[in-house]
Amino acid sequence: MIGTTLAAAAAAGSGASPGFLSPSGVEIAFLLVGLATLGAAVVTVTTKQLVHAALWLVVALGGIAVEYLLLTAEFIAWVQVLIYLGSVVVLLLFGLMLTKAPIGPSPDADSGNRWVALGVAVAAAGALVWVVVDAFRTTWIDLDGPVQGSTAVSGEILFRHWVLPFEALSVLLLAALIGAIVLSRKNGDTGTARQEGKR
Amino acid sequence: MNDVLDVALRLIVVFAVFLVLPLVIGQTEHKVMAHMQGRLGPMYAGGFHGWAQLVADGVKFAQKEDVVPAGADRRIFQLAPAVALLPYLLVLVAIPVGPSEGAVGQVIDAGLFFVLAVMGVGVLGSVMAGWASANKFSLLGGLRTAAQLLAYELPMLLAAASVAMAAGTVSLPGIVGAFEWWWLPWQITGALVFFTAGLAELQRPPFDMPVADSEIIFGAYTEYTGLRFALFLLAEYAGIVVLCALTTVLFLGGWHGPFGGGWGWTLLKTAVLAFVVIWLRVSYPRLREDQLQKLAWTVLIPLALAQIALTGIVKVAIQ
Repeated sequence: MIGTTLAAAAAAGSGASPGFLSPSGVEIAFLLVGLATLGAAVVTVTTKQLVHAALWLVVALGGIAVEYLLLTAEFIAWVQVLIYLGSVVVLLLFGLMLTKAPIGPSPDADSGNRWVALGVAVAAAGALVWVVVDAFRTTWIDLDGPVQGSTAVSGEILFRHWVLPFEALSVLLLAALIGAIVLSRKNGDTGTARQEGKR
Repeated sequence: MNDVLDVALRLIVVFAVFLVLPLVIGQTEHKVMAHMQGRLGPMYAGGFHGWAQLVADGVKFAQKEDVVPAGADRRIFQLAPAVALLPYLLVLVAIPVGPSEGAVGQVIDAGLFFVLAVMGVGVLGSVMAGWASANKFSLLGGLRTAAQLLAYELPMLLAAASVAMAAGTVSLPGIVGAFEWWWLPWQITGALVFFTAGLAELQRPPFDMPVADSEIIFGAYTEYTGLRFALFLLAEYAGIVVLCALTTVLFLGGWHGPFGGGWGWTLLKTAVLAFVVIWLRVSYPRLREDQLQKLAWTVLIPLALAQIALTGIVKVAIQ
């Protein structure tokens, strides 16, 4: 959902570039893929079939990867495919398979909180669109120049200008990882004891 | 040359390779397995040593009725084989076979990430098939497939990262271009980890727990017949081609070799690795599910991390 709003915001940003009245082919493609991504995202949260929701999420995340490609951020696009399509969705499906997720609609798939959730989502989307449009209003990508999103450029920017946030994020993720291990061990103590008793 | 014609020609060549090489490997598997087990293998179809066996198999598959189980989720059930097969076709586009500019379908800046990312998506096909079949054996197979992918994706990525560090680039032609002969002993641990993890990702023996026929019939593919089943089989053999070609390109120097080097070396090394894949299938028993997971988390990942440390130390030392 966040990615979709980002994409939509970026679409608005590219629309504000000098080619507003005569959009180029790339801009039209960008807009169309953005619409498809938005559609897939909406289906993801509205469908009553749990596994279908996960598979529509694949379409939405893949659409965002295509948007990255169209913005010449090749490296980010492949990382998006690798992490989200290849791992996160597989993990989601794995989790769904462990539940009773039936084939066909689940009648209790709708949460009672959906109106609150909708409000939060719209507020978050609005804030993100506003921030991104405001930040990139007059920026546009020169497609004929050197590639701006190549691995070399991304790496250089990341490790020269944004090292501190990068390291802070790493520490945050490490903390989350350790936390997850601690939590799973705490709940699993009796489980392992039982298993060892069996042996 | 005309740009459009050039692109079309490249795509046609890649597509032809995609259709031919998996069949060649399939036939080799028939024959090699047979001879290792003291049999002859297929001898009838096509006349000379049964060379047309897989063509005949294809015709047989095409004639079969396309059955979708009554309780299955139709659309996903039918879509799954395509999701399993297409990623390997996409990956083939990015693999360089020779030293010249024209010897790769398409040069991709972050080629290494591209191939690993797209290969990971192929597993979604098996997971979808396992869930949509509405069969508990299929579901178990899908679960095991997903668990296996999650365990083996990490060591594969780490091993690939080591070679990218050594070359200083993530572009596949760039990595092959930077290759020196002494990389072979330097990166050998990474190569073994990469190849083993790749085998597990393809669910080839000894890592074929997700399709273990003695326990869960044929895992996620239990309910499939006819062409869709053939597509899953084709995906497995295309996966072998892709894995062997990738290992060749990343760790064995691709087209480098004595007597000048060229695309022949890439094909030769790929063929030798494919032979090893078949050999392993004949000689090793299947790992149990917990042994599978243990191997990934306690052996392969530490080894891959050690390889990365070694790569970093040597890289700093030689600069």
